[in-house]
Order: sequence, then C-alpha cells, then structure tokens
Amino acid sequence: MDCTFAVYRFDPAVDRKGRYQRYVVPAESGDKVLDCLNRIRWEQDPTLAFRASCAHGICGSDAMVINGRVALACQKLVRDFNTANHFVIEPLPVFQVIKDLVVDLRPFFEKHRAVRPHLVTNGAHPEKERRQSAENQQFIEPALRCILCAACTASCPITRVNPNYLGPAALLRAFRYICDARDAITLERLRKLDDEDGIWGCETMWWCTEVCPKGIPVTKCLGQIKRLLKKEDSSD
Amino acid sequence: MDRRYDVVIVGAGLAGLRAAIELGEGARAAVISKVFATRSHSGAAQGGIGAAIANEEPDQWEWHMFDTVKGSDYLADQDAVEIMTRDAPNTIFELEHLGVPFNRTPDGRIAQRAFGGHTRDFGKAPVKRACYAADRTGRVILDTLWEQTLRMGVDFFDEHQVLSLIVDEGICTGVVAYELATGAVVAFHCKAVLLATGGAGKLFKTTSNAFASTGDGMALAYRAGAALEDMEFVQFHPTGIYKLGILISEAARGEGGVLRNADGDRFMERYAPVIKDLAPRDMVSRCILKEIQDGRGIGGQAFVHLDLTHLGPDVIGRKLAEIAGFAKTYAGVDVTREPIPVQPTCHYMMGGIAANADGGVMAGDSGTTLPGLFAAGECACVSVHGANRLGCNSLLDTLVFGRRAGAAVRDFIRTTPTPKPSDRFREQTESRLSRLMAADGTEKIGILMAEMQQVMMEHVSVFRQASGLQAALQKIRELRERSNRISIQDQGHCFNRNLLEAIELGHMLDLAEVVILGALDRKESRGAHWREDFPQRDDEKFLHHTMVRLSGRAPELSYRPVTITRFQPRERTY
Ligand SMILES: Cc1cc2nc3c(=O)[nH]c(=O)nc-3n(C[C@H](O)[C@H](O)[C@H](O)COP(=O)(O)OP(=O)(O)OC[C@H]3O[C@@H](n4cnc5c(N)ncnc54)[C@H](O)[C@@H]3O)c2cc1C
Ligand code: FES
Repeated sequence: MDCTFAVYRFDPAVDRKGRYQRYVVPAESGDKVLDCLNRIRWEQDPTLAFRASCAHGICGSDAMVINGRVALACQKLVRDFNTANHFVIEPLPVFQVIKDLVVDLRPFFEKHRAVRPHLVTNGAHPEKERRQSAENQQFIEPALRCILCAACTASCPITRVNPNYLGPAALLRAFRYICDARDAITLERLRKLDDEDGIWGCETMWWCTEVCPKGIPVTKCLGQIKRLLKKEDSSD
Repeated sequence: MDRRYDVVIVGAGLAGLRAAIELGEGARAAVISKVFATRSHSGAAQGGIGAAIANEEPDQWEWHMFDTVKGSDYLADQDAVEIMTRDAPNTIFELEHLGVPFNRTPDGRIAQRAFGGHTRDFGKAPVKRACYAADRTGRVILDTLWEQTLRMGVDFFDEHQVLSLIVDEGICTGVVAYELATGAVVAFHCKAVLLATGGAGKLFKTTSNAFASTGDGMALAYRAGAALEDMEFVQFHPTGIYKLGILISEAARGEGGVLRNADGDRFMERYAPVIKDLAPRDMVSRCILKEIQDGRGIGGQAFVHLDLTHLGPDVIGRKLAEIAGFAKTYAGVDVTREPIPVQPTCHYMMGGIAANADGGVMAGDSGTTLPGLFAAGECACVSVHGANRLGCNSLLDTLVFGRRAGAAVRDFIRTTPTPKPSDRFREQTESRLSRLMAADGTEKIGILMAEMQQVMMEHVSVFRQASGLQAALQKIRELRERSNRISIQDQGHCFNRNLLEAIELGHMLDLAEVVILGALDRKESRGAHWREDFPQRDDEKFLHHTMVRLSGRAPELSYRPVTITRFQPRERTY
C-alpha cells in the first residue's frame, strides 16, 4: 500500500523558512515510520536529513513529531495511526532546527549537566560493592529507562514559556541521583532545584508522561522531588 | 581546521569511555563519536555483564575462564582470557563505585543471573554469573560512564565522523574527521589514537546492530596497514525478532524462557542435554535453523517460538521489561500470554583489529605494534572470544581492555614527544571528499548497500560452503567496482548522510571481502564458522588465528598461533 508523507524541510543553505514536501512511499502496516523515512532517503531523496541509529527505541536519536505528537520514528509503526496512511512529520518543537528533522539539542544537554548527573560519595570505596537495598534500586528504576531523546522536554508546555526551566528530562535525572541511597549530597541536590526554574516550574501537566517512549512515569518521579523538598521545609 | 590533543579516542561506547576515565584528568583527551555519545550502540546491550563475584551461587574466575575458552571453541588466546576473567570482579565493583545501578539481591548485593554457556565447576550446570540492571545493562553503564567523563571535563566531539587515520612514517599521529553539522574537515593531531568504534553488524541484512555499526575503525586500521584477525567469525544471536532482527536477550532464557518448534517441542533438550536452552549462541542458532530446515519452523515458516509465558508478569516486569516492550511494539506479542517469533540475527564480530592485551595494534606477525595506534572493544580482537563469544563477555571485554588500553596510552604519551602536525593529511581527505562529491555515476548507494547485505546474509551467515562463499566474493568485488560509479545526490554540507554512507559502504565492502576470504580459507567448522562442506573442527590444520592485512592494494592472509595455557582443546559438547 502507498503511504503519503508530508515532511518538514528546511535547509539552512537555501531556505529562509521551513516548508513541507510530499512523498509517496510503498509500505506495509508493520513497517516503522523510520523505515519509511529511510526509504525516502535511499530511494527518492537523499537530501532528507534526520537522526537515527539503533532503530528499536533504545538510543534516543529519532524523537520527532509524527501526526502532531512527539514520538520516536523507530518505535511507531504505520498501523499505529488511523490517519488513512497519511503522515505529517515535523522536527521536535522548542529546539532550533539545524536541517529538516534535525534539531540542536545543545540546550537540552546543558540542562542535563546542570543537575550534576553523577553519583557523589564520601570516603574511600569499599573493597566490593556498596550495599543498596533492592527496594531503593527499584524505586529509581523508572528513571534508568531514560534514553535522553528529549521527547518529554520538547512536549512540556512550561518549557515553551520559560526557556530557563530545567525541563522534565533533567529533573528526572536529578530524581535518579536524589533518590539513590548511595548518593551523599541529597540535600544539596534538592536545594538546587528549589525554585521556578527548577522543580517548581513543573505544574503537573502530565505531557511528559504522556509522550515518554519508554513509559516512564515522569510526572510522578518529579512529584517525589517536590514531596522531599516539602518534607525538608517542614523539618527546618 | 586543526585541533591538538594528547590523545584522541574514536568512539564513545563503553570501550572508549572506560579508556577516557582511565586516562584521567592529567591527559588532554578528545572523544570523537559519529553519533551523539549516548546514542552509541553499547546502550542497546540488554542482558548483563559476566563476572565470578559469586553473589548468588559459588563461582570462581577459573570456571569463567574455562567457559570462555570452551565457548570460543578453543580459539581464544588463553592468556588474554585469564586477564579478562580474573579482572572481571574488580571491573564490576569499579562500575558500582562509579554509580552503576545494578539490580540487587534481597541483602543488597549485586544480583546475578544465568546466561548462555556460563557454568559452574567446568561445565557441570548453569551458574548465575551475569550482573545486570533489568534488561538495560548497557544503557545504565553507558550513561554512568558518560556522566563521569562529563564530570572530568573530557572534550567531546559528537557527530564528528572520522574518515582517516594520520599515519606519518609508520607512526599514528592523529585522525581526520568530518563535522556532520557543518561539513567541516577537522584534523586532530595527537600523540596517540585509540580506536573504539564498535562492531560491523550492518554487513548483514538481518542484524541487532545500529545504523552506526559499519565497522569504520576496523576498515581505517586495515587501510593504514594493521592486521585484521579472525574476521570470519561472525556471531548470529539465536533470538532476533522474526524479520526485524531486534534482539531478545539471552537473559530471557537465563530467566527460564524456552525455545519451541512447530510441535511445541523444547528442541534444545535434544541438542544440548545438560544446559539445554542455555547452550552457546553458535549452537543454538544452528539448531534453530536445523529445526526450520527439517520443516519444524512455526507454520512451516522461517522462525521458531521463544516461550516466556510461564515466567509470570512479576519476573518479566522486574527483569525483562524492555524486551517485553520490544515484542509488544514490533511483533504485537504480549509475552506473558504468547510466545515470541524468533530467528537468528547478526549480532557481534568476534574478529577485529589485531591488538595485544594493552590495546597495542599489531603491525606484523611477530608482535610488533603500530606506534601511536591503539584499539579496544568490539572493533578489536585481543582475542578473548575466539570462534564464538559467550553472552555477557563483550561488555566485560570493552571495560577490561578499555581500561588497560587507557592505562597503556597514558604511559605512552608520557614518553612520546608531540609530533609535528602537517596539513597534508587534512588536504588529502578534503580532496578525496571533493572528488566524491563531484562524481557523476548512476549507481545508488542505498541499492549497493542492500545488495551487499543480501549476499552476505545468503552465503556468509550461519551456514557456509565453498561455492556460496565464492559467489559472495565475486559479488562483493563487483559491488566494489560499481561503487566507483556512484554519485552523491546531496550536494549540501549539513547532515549529509548520503556522503557519509558512501564512505561507510566502502568500509563495509573491504570488511566483507576480508570476512569471506577468511571463511574460504578456513576449511573446517569451528564456533560460529560452520562449513557445510567441512563439518568437523580440524585442530591439526586450523588451530590458528587468521590474519589479513593489505599488501599493496590486495588482502594478504597469514596465520598466528593460538596461545594455550590451561585448557587443552577438547571436543565441545554441552
Ligand atoms: C542488542 C545488543 C545487545 C547486547 N547485549 C549484550 C549483553 O547483554 N552483554 C554483553 O556483554 N554484550 C552485549 N552486546 C554486545 C556489546 O553491547 C557490544 O559488543 C559493545 O557494547 C560494543 O562496545 P564498543 O564500545 O566497542 O562500541 P559501541 O558501543 O558500538 O560504540 C562505538 C562508538 O564508535 C563510534 N564510531 C564508530 N565509527 C566512527 C567513526 N568513523 N567516527 C567517529 N566515531 C565512530 C560510534 O559513534 C560509537 O560512539 C549486545 C549487543 C547488541 C547489539
Ligand atoms: S533510532 Fe534509536 S531510538 Fe529510534
């Protein structure tokens, strides 16, 4: 069967603004949207630019807007959409377009770095592993599924109005370290998030959770940070 | 543009990042990666990492060493295997100290599970040796190492693709890379280059590997005069999702999943009575294809079933959630209720750039190295996997030998003067790119690539024989000829994948030729290399490593003896 793709195009070398280009691609219902984009590139138009690597939803390269919703192109199949085999493909919102579907994620990774994303411990390491309860490991487990695809941050309504807001992905990473019982600077981490550009920027709109391709309960994890901060405040 | 560093690491997977950490803050290091670092394919590793830390059951590194040697069909160098398996426990504890969030036992230690070919007491029964974080072990290790290197302030050049090595009078002093966003050609001048560029699964049509797994580092080293070792050994993982090749980790069988044919029969009991579904990958892949050939594929088709329905939603949720998601998304299968349709998928290159245990790249058979060039991870062959790698041993390999290579590089740069940079190499690459961009042939890269993957799948995968290999060799050479008549339709300088794929295609055609030459030469069956016309292992003639290097413009074969220390070759049954 033939699928019709209206794909956002922008080439910084020639275009002043974006446009849409139409492609007709033969596809089967079980094909991924990514397969279709590859087919366009390999068989019709090698100038189409997009990122992709693993092709099964684990590397986080190909978040984009598919028929109005943010998703991974490699994780959505043709049959997942009841749009009469018509597709509209656009780059992630919020971020600046470099070319076609490729956006500049530097601001995204700057925010990730801002939360000190690494374990901080005191004293010498034990000879073997540090102990950690299975419950504690399971508690942070949802955040370990994150593939840094930026789908959540790009979808978040707050990100659109406050460019300084850390956004759900960075806050989720903060949650991962705050709630890891092995980490030694929990309080410091919490304090750093205690403002409108940090955790209180989140207005619990659930968009992040809604779009997360790994099914992470992002909003709930962010809620844990809020809960811990409130607890700290009441104990002060 | 030119940049200067002490060390350039090509590749931001586990091997490259582990080396970067070892180099420490004293060395000026750059990590170059053609995909953004966290998109590296190490992140796809699911099942676990092997180490005899004996948290769940008695275990010892000697058993791990034995399993690895036997799994390799006695082709691995036993001194290297000893280094790896002895070092394994420390490697795991080190990861834990860096922050890797492994699953835990009820008393808070690192949890372990069973994996193919890993046994206790020299083969008596399966043992729980794989340390894991659900079925996202690679993801969490990659993230942790990357975040540690960010903390250290390592310079990353993401989305920069290395196009050539700078080898000046026999010494490697840098690389030339292409920046995807701008098309700029950048020369990196340094004292040492470490290649950690991963595998080459994209040689084959059905694979668990990423688009980035095109074997660039292997091809670059080969072109620069290094030897490629044991390239004929290509691992096909038994359980890729039917038609797609997406991996369903061996962890699924480690947790109790079983393979069934059209009769619902648990056929691995017949082939490997002791460890059954946990037999090594080469065997299980052959058994699956044998069942299919004998008409016992499901519905007469080219797949069998992987049945997890008896494991229960709790085990699946805590330990196999990711693969349950893959089965649902891509095959529409709810693994708690239905079996998954699976077939073998190209997974791993046992061979690679011939390297010693400190990452030094070998230039001659006598053990001389190519000064300034180092290699680690899947792109290298140390050789610890021999003719067949055991599951969970690759992540271990990347970390143990990534660390050792990092340490060796650190020592090397201390005693090495800063080389004089020359513009010549960047200019050579620039003019090569201009020629390529100006080519006006009619061949299309996508089509050549597809034809290569097809012929490799048909004749060079699990079952091989002389006539098929000859046909494949001819086809690859014809494709090489045709690849001189391509044109680059994208004339832009921003994310020009068209241009880069042309270059990757060239790399893969070189490697395909080396794989086939090795396979033709090896007239025996060993590990993952199965010759239908020579179905026996032949230690008398073939207990050696195959070395291929360029002599002029033609590949030249030679051999290197296998190092045997503790375990004499024996018949390999499970
Ligand atoms: C689906 C899957 C599951 C697996 N599961 C397991 C498991 O459970 N246990 C286990 O032990 N092993 C497993 N493996 C194998 C293991 O994951 C890999 O062998 C290992 O991660 C390879 O790591 P690496 O660092 O060598 O390379 P990679 O992680 O592949 O990284 C290669 C790096 O090189 C860069 N690169 C490549 N070419 C260039 C170039 N020309 N210029 C610049 N940069 C370049 C890439 O961008 C990337 O950063 C699995 C493999 C797959 C595919
Ligand atoms: S290509 Fe890796 S997540 Fe889609």
